[in-house]
Amino acid sequence: MSLAIFSFIFAMWILILVGGGLMVVFVGPLSFSGDNDLDPLINSGFKVLIAMILIFIWVFALLKIKNWIFRKIVKT
Amino acid sequence: MEQLIIPAIIAIVVAFFSVYGLTPFVIRALEKRNITVVDANKKEKTMVARPGGLSIIIGIELSLIILYVFFPISEILAVILTTFFAFIVGLIDDRKTMGGWFKPLALAFCAAPILLLGAYDSNLDFPLFGSVKIPLLYMALVVFMIPIMGNTINSIDVLNGVASGFTTIASFALSICLFILQNYEVGIISLCLSFVSLAFYKYHKFPSKIFPGDSGAITFGAAYGSIAIIGGVEVIAAIAILPAIINSFLFLSSVKKIVEHREIKNPTSHTEDWKLQTTSENHAPITLVRLLIAKKPLSEKQIGIEIFKLAIFSGILAIITAFMMGVTI
Repeated sequence: MSLAIFSFIFAMWILILVGGGLMVVFVGPLSFSGDNDLDPLINSGFKVLIAMILIFIWVFALLKIKNWIFRKIVKT
Repeated sequence: MEQLIIPAIIAIVVAFFSVYGLTPFVIRALEKRNITVVDANKKEKTMVARPGGLSIIIGIELSLIILYVFFPISEILAVILTTFFAFIVGLIDDRKTMGGWFKPLALAFCAAPILLLGAYDSNLDFPLFGSVKIPLLYMALVVFMIPIMGNTINSIDVLNGVASGFTTIASFALSICLFILQNYEVGIISLCLSFVSLAFYKYHKFPSKIFPGDSGAITFGAAYGSIAIIGGVEVIAAIAILPAIINSFLFLSSVKKIVEHREIKNPTSHTEDWKLQTTSENHAPITLVRLLIAKKPLSEKQIGIEIFKLAIFSGILAIITAFMMGVTI
């Protein structure tokens, strides 16, 4: 059982690294100012929205990994 | 660096010995006033003093005030105030059980000193890729960090010695990470937390003479969360406590709502030789302890050791991450 939890921790770590990469490479440089300069707060707000979606995907992926790992254990 | 050594040694010595020396008095005072609870995992009815938050907060505050005298920087003041406010929230919860939402909301306000003193850098640093600046997201992170960390440490405070032992391992790992990142002042603050939790572990380890209670566990979590923010190591700090985060994650994904931990069904029961086994109750939440005993029943001490192994593994991942912070791909 411990091995499964170690695997789960490792999977979480990888997901954090990948999620961080997505934030820095894609979300950080995004600009919603266009021709008319939008308030930086709105710009930041859009980025927060994208970050929230990423977090949702992260949690969803984690739930799937959790179910997959622990279902395997229940079967054995 | 050299000028930090003597203040660091003084602060660490005060952190350790204040808790080490004061906790027996707190135990006696609590026992004298019958402020004790039943240790649910002991065969014979055993009453244990609770809460031990007072000695924890005194250790943290004393050591940080000493550091503040040497280095009057707003970051140290922010940790002192935030941790103290969190302790008050925990103490209220110890004295009078509040609803599931009380603690997260009240703890969110405890982050005010960090925001008001400007003791943060709104860049969120990630390993390998660099940093990202989203001020609104960072403000939300600062506000949510204290309730999340406080409740995360509080949620693993289910067995003798686990909360203090886990905080000791995680904060030692965080200190190493901060030293790797050459953030020495905050590294010393984190070391103070490590030694406070280590000294408390002496009395909290199996068989416990005192429980930290909400005031103690939340103080640990709030101090840890504030250090993460002022040190700009939020991601690393989260990695170092992944087993506790998993515990909260498993719990929330099975219960699907925020509730006070006293309201939930116990996910474990006892065997004849008083080991912990998973309950057959379908509606009981899934927790880290329940997973650890899924295959075979374990004693309270064995479960504690398994949790510490997971904490050491996460600590190693956090240290690897700290090394990766200096590398950009």
